[in-house]
Formats: sequence, C-alpha cells, structure tokens
Amino acid sequence: MTDASVPQNVAPPPAEVEDVELYHAHSWITKYVFCQDAKVIAIQYAGTAITVGILALVLSWVIRLQLAFPGAIPFIDAQVYYQSVTMHGMIMVVYMLTAIFLGGFGNYLIPLMVGARDMVFPYVNMLSYWVYLIATLVLVASYFFPGGPTGAGWTLYPPQSILTGTPGHEWGIILMLASLILFIIGFTMGGLNYVVTVLQARTRGMTLMRMPLTVWGIFAAAVMALLAFPGLFVACVMLLLDRTLGTSFFVPSIVELGEHKEYVGGSPILFQHLFWFFGHPEVYIVALPAFGIVSDLISVHARKNIFGYRMMVWAIIAIGVLSMVVWGHHMYVSGMDPWFGFFFAVTTLAIAVPTALKVYNWVLTLWHADIHFTTPMLFALGFLVTFVNGGITGLYLGNVIVDVPLSATLFVVAHFHMVMGIAPVLVIFGAIYHWFPKITGRMMDERLGKIHFWITFLGAYAIFFPMHYLGVLGMPRRFYEMGETAFVPASATTLNIFITITALAVGFAQSIFFYNLFKSLKYGAPAGGNPWRAASLEWQTPETPPGHGNWGKQLPIVYRWPYAYSVPGAPEDYLPQNAPPVRGERSP
Amino acid sequence: MSVMGLFFIFIFSVAILWLARQGVMESPWLEEGEVAHYRRAAGTEPPPATKVALAIFLAVAGCLFSLLAAAFFMRGDAPDWQMPPIPGVLWFNTFLLAASSVALQVALVAARRFDVERVKTALLVGAATAGFFLIGQMWAWRELIELKFFASSNAANAFFYLLTGVHALHLIGGLVALARTTDKVRNATRLTKELATSVKLCAIYWHFLLFVWLLMFAMLIGWADGFGVICRRLLS
Repeated sequence: MTDASVPQNVAPPPAEVEDVELYHAHSWITKYVFCQDAKVIAIQYAGTAITVGILALVLSWVIRLQLAFPGAIPFIDAQVYYQSVTMHGMIMVVYMLTAIFLGGFGNYLIPLMVGARDMVFPYVNMLSYWVYLIATLVLVASYFFPGGPTGAGWTLYPPQSILTGTPGHEWGIILMLASLILFIIGFTMGGLNYVVTVLQARTRGMTLMRMPLTVWGIFAAAVMALLAFPGLFVACVMLLLDRTLGTSFFVPSIVELGEHKEYVGGSPILFQHLFWFFGHPEVYIVALPAFGIVSDLISVHARKNIFGYRMMVWAIIAIGVLSMVVWGHHMYVSGMDPWFGFFFAVTTLAIAVPTALKVYNWVLTLWHADIHFTTPMLFALGFLVTFVNGGITGLYLGNVIVDVPLSATLFVVAHFHMVMGIAPVLVIFGAIYHWFPKITGRMMDERLGKIHFWITFLGAYAIFFPMHYLGVLGMPRRFYEMGETAFVPASATTLNIFITITALAVGFAQSIFFYNLFKSLKYGAPAGGNPWRAASLEWQTPETPPGHGNWGKQLPIVYRWPYAYSVPGAPEDYLPQNAPPVRGERSP
Repeated sequence: MSVMGLFFIFIFSVAILWLARQGVMESPWLEEGEVAHYRRAAGTEPPPATKVALAIFLAVAGCLFSLLAAAFFMRGDAPDWQMPPIPGVLWFNTFLLAASSVALQVALVAARRFDVERVKTALLVGAATAGFFLIGQMWAWRELIELKFFASSNAANAFFYLLTGVHALHLIGGLVALARTTDKVRNATRLTKELATSVKLCAIYWHFLLFVWLLMFAMLIGWADGFGVICRRLLS
C-alpha cells in the first residue's frame, strides 16, 4: 500500500486511539515526588540509577586497587574485596543498566516516540519507581548491618553464598535477596506498562513498522525482561528459604567447620539453571535498548535512513528469542552433559548472525553518509567498535573447548566488560547528550562532551584491552591475591598497576560529564525544539521540554517512518513523521 | 527444563503469530500517508488496555509457575526426595476453586446481558468460595505441620509449601481486584462497560489460577510423575 492509494482530500477517519483523561497533579509533591508523569518518573529512575552507578564505580576502584597493590591499602581486606566485587557487579547489571535503559529511557521515550500522552497505567508506573527505590535502599542498607553486604559474587551461587565462610552471610545475603525480589516486583509493574503502552497507545498512523528502533529495542527488552526475571525471582525466593527456614532446595548435605549442617540433597546446579535463565537474557535486556538507541543516533547524525530497517526489527526479535535459550553457556564448567554444551554452543554462536546483521546495517548506514561528528555520534561510533570487539571474544567463549580454560580468568572479565559494560555505557552517554536538549531545552557543551568521549573511550580500551592478555596468561579472576605464582610474570603486575591507574583516572574524568550536565542545565545554549533536525516524533512536541500530556491539544498523526533523512526536495533535508505528505513527494 | 521448553514454544508461537498479523513484513520506507494500514476489521474495537495488560501478566505468572514446576521436577530427581502425604482436604479445595471459577463465569455471562443482580450474587459466591479455598489451603498446611512434615525436613515438603503458597498469594492478589470490582458493582444500579470488563478480567484470571492449580495438584499427588520420567528420558 503506498501513498498513491490514500486520497489526500478526504476527511481523516476517526482517531484510532482515543484520547485519554490525564491525571493532573495538584501539589508540589504530586508533581515532582509522587509523580505519575512518565517523564518525571524517567528522570527519577535515571537519577537513582546513576547515583548507585557512581557507588558501583567507586567499588570498582576498590577492586582495582587491591589487584594492583595487594595489601597496600589497609582497609581492603579479603572481606571488603569480595563485598566490593559482588556489589559492583550486581549494582551495575541490575540496579544501574537495567533500570536506566528501561526505567529511564523507556519511560521518557516510549510515550513521546509513539505519540502517547503518557504511559497507559501512570499510577502503576509511579509505584514501579518507588518499589525500585526501596529495593535500592534495601541493597545499600546492607552496608550498615552487622557483617556488611554479601560477598558471594554477583551470581550468588549456593552453597557458598549462605554459608558462614562468606562475608555478609548474616544479613548481607538476606538483604540482597529481598532487594532483588523487590526489584523484580517493581520492574514487572514498569515492564507491563512499557509493553502495553507500545501495544495500545500508539497514535494514529504509528504502525509497528513505523516505530523508531529505540522503541523496538526497549519493547523487545521489556518483553524479555518480563519473561526472564521470574527465573531470578524463583531462585531468590528459594535461596532465601534455604537461608532462613533451612529448606534444602539448593544446598546439599555439607560439613561446615566440622559441623554437619541440616541440609540434605539440594542441587546447586538447579540454582545455576534458574539464575542464568535470567542472567543471560539480562545481557540482551541491556543490549537491545542500546542497539535501538544507537540505530537512531547513527541515523540522525549521519543524516541517512537506517539501512535495512526491516532486517533490524527482525534481528531484534531473533536476538530476543534466541537469547532465552542460551543460558547454558554460562555453565560449561559446571560438569554438565557434553550434549548440553553442544546445544548451548550452537544457539550461542547462532546469535552472532542477527547481531552481525545489525553491525553490518550500522556500518552500511554510515557508508556515504553525511556524518556529523557530534558528541552523540562519537559515542555511537565508540559503541559500534567496542561492541564488535566484545562480540568477537564472545565467539571464543561460546565454544565449550575454548571457554573451559578461559572461564575463570580475566579474559572473561575483559569480554563482558567490553560487550555489556563499556558498550551500553557509551550508548547511555550518547543518548544523554542526544536527548538532553529535549529533556531540558538546553544544549550540552560540545567541547566538554568531546573531551569526555575521548577520555572515556580510549581509557576504557586502556583498561580492558590488556585484561585479555592477562586472561590468556591464565590470570584468574575473583582472586583476592595471587601470591607467588610461577606462571604469572612480573610484567603482569606492571600491567595490573597500569590498568588500575587508568581506571582511577577514567573514573575521575567522569566528573567532566557531571560538570557539563549540571552546568548545561542552567547555562547551556537554548536548544529550540529540534536541534538535531531529527524526524522522529519526540522532537516534534509543541513545547520543549514537553509539557504534561506531551502533545498540547491534539495527538499527532503519523504519515511515515522515522528515518526520512536527506529527502530530495524536502524543505530541510528531512521529513518529520507527523508532517503531512505533499502530493507526489516520496520519502527515500 | 522441558516444562520451560513447552512454555516457551507456546509463548513464542503466540508472539510470532501476533507479529505476523502486525505487518512486520512490510517495507515502511515505501509507504507514506495517513493511517497506513491498520489490520483491524471495520467496526471492531481495540481490546481494552487492561485486558492486554492482564494477558501479558498471565504470561509472566505462567513463566513463574513453569519455572517452579521445572525446579520441582529437577529437584525431584535427587534420592532424598520424599513426597509428603497429600491432605484429603485438597480434594475439597479443588472443588471449591472450581466452583469459584464457575461462579465468575456465571458473573461474566450475566455481565454480557447487563444483569446487575445476577452479577452481584455470582461475584459474592465466587469471592466466598475462593476465600474458603484459601482457608482450606491453610488447613492443609496445618495438617502437614501437625504430622511433622516441615519445610526443612525434606525438599518435597518445601516444594509443597512453596507451590501452594505462591499460588495462594496470586489468588489473594486476585481477591483484592475482585473485592474492588464487587464493591463497584454493589453500588451500581446499571452495569457500565468498564464494570463489565472488570468482571471479565476477574473471570479470566480465576480460570488461569484454576488451570495452574489443577496442574500443580496433579504434580503434588504424583500424577505428573510420568512427565518427569519422560523429561529425564529426553534429557539423557
């Protein structure tokens, strides 16, 4: 069906989507604190996520300091080291990345990008944030309980996570599990909202295939998260019962400190299955929104339609489906049946196909494009390179026979930090630089942004690239201290010191970003409604920042896909999604 | 794990069928114009958002229960596994929950005919039977505890409490929604469309919980042992 079949001179058919009665805030508290407006909730989510993210960043310094200068800093003993490793991992993966992509960007962008006034269930949305906040507070509170937070590693494998040898076995583990359970309940409320809003509240003309890839990414990730988080939920509830009531779901009969525990017959492998049933999709829950956002950043700043939009959508769906059946590749070293390893290796490597397809499409979008090296574009390109890098080491680790010797080394640390640490964080920065003008009405400082990019990008490589070598050398991860080891040469220590110093420097350099953020909030150049000349719907709001209800009196009507850039004959080289078509004109 | 396999085959088929109907095969860059192509037949209304939300929530809850079932079968392989005796009251409870489901179905049918009085009675009967079901479940717990089948003494006991407990929590959540609906219907002289939708959603949720309970009950009394054996064969 093309535009030729749609007569231009007839009255538009009645709105497909009914306008909704909006909730209106009556006081300062309901407007800024217990707010039901998705945009405010988004900022609350992102603010909380970034705050705990900074805490996790500081914890990573603790880890690095110990690795480079073992024993030199008095307060870092084995207990603090393991607690830092655990909290750094858990906070970054769950409380930072998941929360900021889905809770932050999802809340802000979904309603604006699909042309809705708000989320479908604003009250539940608000509840979702507050439950998330409580979950975060419960987690952080474990620092103030006797024994401190748990040091079981972010995977919380039983039996060690609940036995007395592990730091934080008194309260830390209980608070961690309780916090995760709360997080999942809060997320489920939010996730239902994101999915239903995409399904139900799209404005007239916004078909699924006219949605920006950002929305597709967030939508697919939300669906995956809704199906994957129950795995973690079940694991947490059962582990909590093992810890508090003495049930034997996961803990086998075990002798601890000469004392025979009450547990009998539990299966630690069962926990690993449940945990990784969540744990692997989690990687893509973080990656898919990043994929989507990056597609939009590249398209806007290269003034070109995204190459292979349809393939991009299919790839997102294929990655979503495949990623639910690959969790076993985290368990190659658990002693499972070789056929299991074979099955999971096949599915794991199969994911490379849709993922590579996306990478090709990004590169082909850039091919012969009018590339503007703005800060968001730099971050998007940085993501592209980093993701390919981390993805390729993923192919190594997806093979059972390569994974087994590398599994417990820094190679894995380097791999997953590249692919789901640095890469998504680069996207988060790029996205903040890109959408900041819409959120605040002011531009961020480009010069500071570029300095921030180059330090972060090159710094991240200086940190994680050498780790691959350390991993291949056989340098184990998770170890508190190496002691005298024959296979680790003295140069490895020098490299470790280099990594640590770079990590400290790059960490501190993030203050450039925060300085830029807060300075631009007040003194940034006024941005106008659409500083990037972007075609998607969120840039076409009548007010900037968008007011309550987003669209003024009337919902926008969508006439085309969101990638109509460099249109021949168009007044401004692009056509907004809601600009009525001129007869005889075609988007590219 | 086969449980999860079955569950995912179901979810993915639904998702893919739905996507296929949403035009993911189209080429948006070629199409321009208003309201490109909504596939909805003329005169039909879009489903209410609450109904879509409930459907998605049922998928999430279904995932949760499937995972619990998968864990049940995997853990059930261990040699220490010893199922507790099943309290006879569970048969009566099953009858109560089925009755509750039937009552809500009656309410749903009456709501379609806008028969307020009948909806009121049916909702009250449904809520009461569901409440008695919960009391019956507590009774079953008490009976097991009196017989000294504690959660900590065998994983099978723990699974009994866990499965029935999670199911009961879901039912309690449903009862809250049902209570709110009943309250609204009680004060209404005429059935609005929203109220009819609420009644319908309650009924759907109740049928889902009955379905889950029947499968769970089959697992607990051992009728599903054959399934566990099949899984083991498939996996080894």
